Amino acid sequence: MNVAKRTFDAVIVGAGGAGLRAALQLSESGLKTAVLTKVFPTRSHTVAAQGGVAASLGNSTEDNWHWHMYDTVKGSDWLGDQDAIEFMCKKANEVVVELEHYGMPFDRTDNGKIYQRPFGGHSMNYGQAPVMRSCAAADRTGHAMLHALYQRNVRANTQFFVEWMALDLIRDADGDVLGVTAMEMETGEVSIFHAKATIFATGGAGRIYYSSTNAFINTGDGVGMAARAGIPLEDMEFWQFHPTGVAGAGVLITEGVRGEGGILRNSSGERFMERYAPNLKDLASRDVVSRAMTTEINEGRGAGPDKDHVLLDITHLSPDTIMKRLPGIREIAIQFAGVDPIKAPIPVVPTCHYQMGGIPTNYKGQVVVPKDGNSNSPVAGFYAAGECACASVHGANRLGTNSLLDLLVFGKSAGETVVEDFKSGQLKLKPLPADAADVSLARLARLDGQANGESVFDVGLEMRRTMQKHAGVFRFDNLLKEGVQKIGEVAERAKRTQIADKSKVWNVARMEALELDNLIEVARATMVSAEARKESRGAHVRDDAPDTAENPNGRDDENWLKHTLWYSEGNRLDYKAVNLKPLSDDVEPIALATRTY
Amino acid sequence: MTKCTVQFKIYRYDPDKDEAPYMQDISVELEASDKKLLDALIRLRAKDDSMSFRRSCREGVCGSDAMNINGKNGLACLTDVDSIEQPITLRPLPGLPVIRDLIVDMTQFFKQYHSIKPYLVNNDTPPERERLQSPEDREELNGLYECILCACCSTSCPSFWWNPDKFVGPAGLLAAYRFLADTRDQDTNARLDNLEDPYRLFRCHSIMNCVDVCPKGLNPTRAIGKIKDMMVRRAV
Repeated sequence: MNVAKRTFDAVIVGAGGAGLRAALQLSESGLKTAVLTKVFPTRSHTVAAQGGVAASLGNSTEDNWHWHMYDTVKGSDWLGDQDAIEFMCKKANEVVVELEHYGMPFDRTDNGKIYQRPFGGHSMNYGQAPVMRSCAAADRTGHAMLHALYQRNVRANTQFFVEWMALDLIRDADGDVLGVTAMEMETGEVSIFHAKATIFATGGAGRIYYSSTNAFINTGDGVGMAARAGIPLEDMEFWQFHPTGVAGAGVLITEGVRGEGGILRNSSGERFMERYAPNLKDLASRDVVSRAMTTEINEGRGAGPDKDHVLLDITHLSPDTIMKRLPGIREIAIQFAGVDPIKAPIPVVPTCHYQMGGIPTNYKGQVVVPKDGNSNSPVAGFYAAGECACASVHGANRLGTNSLLDLLVFGKSAGETVVEDFKSGQLKLKPLPADAADVSLARLARLDGQANGESVFDVGLEMRRTMQKHAGVFRFDNLLKEGVQKIGEVAERAKRTQIADKSKVWNVARMEALELDNLIEVARATMVSAEARKESRGAHVRDDAPDTAENPNGRDDENWLKHTLWYSEGNRLDYKAVNLKPLSDDVEPIALATRTY
Repeated sequence: MTKCTVQFKIYRYDPDKDEAPYMQDISVELEASDKKLLDALIRLRAKDDSMSFRRSCREGVCGSDAMNINGKNGLACLTDVDSIEQPITLRPLPGLPVIRDLIVDMTQFFKQYHSIKPYLVNNDTPPERERLQSPEDREELNGLYECILCACCSTSCPSFWWNPDKFVGPAGLLAAYRFLADTRDQDTNARLDNLEDPYRLFRCHSIMNCVDVCPKGLNPTRAIGKIKDMMVRRAV
C-alpha cells in the first residue's frame, strides 16, 4: 500500500476538550500543527459533560485553591500526585476565566459573575460543609465548553484532519516518539504524520464495560496505541462508576442534580446516604455513593419490580429550578427513563463513567516512563492530556467537575511545554525509521485477509460482559483471578477478528475492529492491575481487603501507597512511588488520613 | 417491549462496489432493550457489518446520527422505534453529497457555519476575572447556544437545497444570532455586513422546516427574524 507522508511541528490526536485546548496553545504560537480526530471536533465526548468545571472562584461561597486541593487529594484516596494536584487547583481560576473570555456561555449569578453550584466531595474549610465550586452552563457545561473551544480554534485557524483515525504510535530505536500513522475514513488511505512533538488527547475507554455512560467512540485509542508501543499504563485498576446512570439505558444524569438538591432514595423512600455519609450525604464522593447504592440494591432495598435500581428524587424542587438549571436532564429522563422528573423520581444505577488511570505523565503533560533508575523519565517528543493521561490528579477516585478542569489545565500545560521545547530547540525532527508504517499496514492486511475468524461484535460483547462481572463496583478475589484468565482468552480471540465489509470507503467495520484492539489493551491492563492490588482504595474495593482497625476502609498504605504500571508485553506489572510532596512551598503536604464524608 | 421484528427500507450505496444507490429491504429482530432507532441500527450492523452510519454519544448531544427517517430529518438515538411506521425508511440527509450509505459529506454545511465567524469577538484587554453579564442578558443566549450541528435543519430547508453555497442556512444563522445576541460581543456591525446580501440571510422564506425537525427544540426561524430586525433597525 502506498503511504503518504506529512510533516508537521506537532501532531495532536483527539479534538475533545484537552486536544482543542492544546491546539489553541500551538496554533496561537505559530507552530505548524495537525489535529487528527476520528469525529468532527464538536462530536467528541467532552460534549456530554453536564454538571460543571471546578474552580475556586468563590462567586457564591467563600473558597480557595487550598480547600480544592485538599478535597482532590482526599477524593483520590491519597493516590493522586500532590504536585500535579496543586498545579491543577492553582490554575483552575485562570483557565476557567480564559474560557469565559473565549465566549463560553456560563450561567450567571445576580451580580453577573459565573454561576457555581455544589458538587460531590467539594467542601469548604477541609471537609466541613459543601461549597459552591462547580462553574456551570445549565446542565450542558461540556457542550458549551467544547463548542467554545472549537470556535476559538476556528478563530486561530487550527488545521484539523476530521474523520482520520490514528492507528499506531511511531517510535525509533531510541524510544523517541516521531508521530503516528493514521487512516482517512473517507478513502481508507493510510498516512504517516511525522512530527517533532506528538500530543495524545484521545479520551478514555469507558466502552470496555457493558454498562457505560460513555459514547461509542470512547475506545481508548491513544491508551491502546501507547501500550502497544511499549509505554506502560498507570493505575488502570481505578474506574469510576458514576452513581446516576439511567437504569437500563446507561445515559448519564449529572451529579449537579444532587448539587441542586436532588436526593437518592431506596424502595421505602429512605434517604439512605444519611447512613453512609452523615456529613455530605448525597454529595459524598462518587465511589462512596456508588457503593452505598450497590449495597442498598444487594441487600434487597432497591426500587422497582426487580429491586434493581434506586431513585433520584427532585420532585421537591420547583419546576422553575428544574427548567432553568437542569433542562437537559429533564429531556434525558423523559427520553430514556420515560419519566418527567418534575413529577416522578428517576431510576438510576451506578454506571461506568471515567478512567482514572492512563498514560503516565507529569504536570507538564510530558509522558514519563521508568528508565535508568528514574521512574519518571520523559519520553522525547511524547505528551498526553485529559482522560487518556494519568498526571495523576484523580488517583483512586475522581471528584466530579475535576475532569473538565483536568483537560483545560493539562491540555494547556502540554501545549505550553511543546511550545517551550520547540522554541528552546530541544525538539528535533528525527528521521523516520524505514519500517514506520509496517505495524499499521500489517494490522490492516491481517484484518483484510482473515478467514474463519471471530466476529468483532461477539468478541466486544464478551469483553464488556467480562469486565462488568469481574471488575465492577465491588471486586472479589476469586472473580478477579477468573477475570484475568477470561480477558486473556478474549484478547486471543481479538487477534483473529474478521470483517465482511472490505470497502475502502468509510468502513465502519474496519474502524470498530481497530478500536477493539485498543479496548482490549485497556481491558487487560484493568483486570491484571486490579487483581494484583490487594487492598481497597478509592474506586477499587475488594472483599478480601475489608475495613479493619489496622487498615481503615481496607486501605493498606504500608504496602500499596504506590502507582501501578502495567506493560502490555508479557502482562508485566511494575510500581512507582506516589508523589506526596506539593509543587511549591505555598502549601504543606496533605497528610495521610482515613477517608470519611 | 418484548422481542419483535422490525422492517426497514434503507438507502445503500458503496462507491467502491455499487454502480448506483439502491433501497434495501431488510429486517432485524430486536432485543427487549432495543428502544431507540439507533439500537435497532446497531442490531442490524451485527448482522451486516457493511451497514454504514455515524454515531457516538447515543443521547442527542453530539449530533452524529442525523438521518432522514420516514421522510423527516431526525436523530436515530432520540427516535423511539415503536413510535414510527414500518417499514422504517432511512435515507441520508437530503441535499448533501453521499459518501456511503447514510453518511453524507458535510463540508458545505460546516463551510457555511464557519462563514459567520462563529466565535466571540471582543477586542478590549481581557480583565483579570470573568466579563460580567447579567442573568437576563445571559438568558438571551438560551435557545441558541444549544445547537449540536447535526444539520437536520439546514438539510430540510428548500432554500439551502437550492443554494447551499450562497445561503448560510438555518444552523449557521442560528449561530450568527447567538453571537449577535451576546452582550460580550463587539462585532455586531461586521456580522450584519457579512449577512447583508440577497442570498446569505434573505433566502430564508420562513418555511419553518428547520423548526419542525430540530431535535433540540430550537427555533432558527425566530433567530433569523431577529437578525432581519437588527438589519432594519440599523438601516433607519
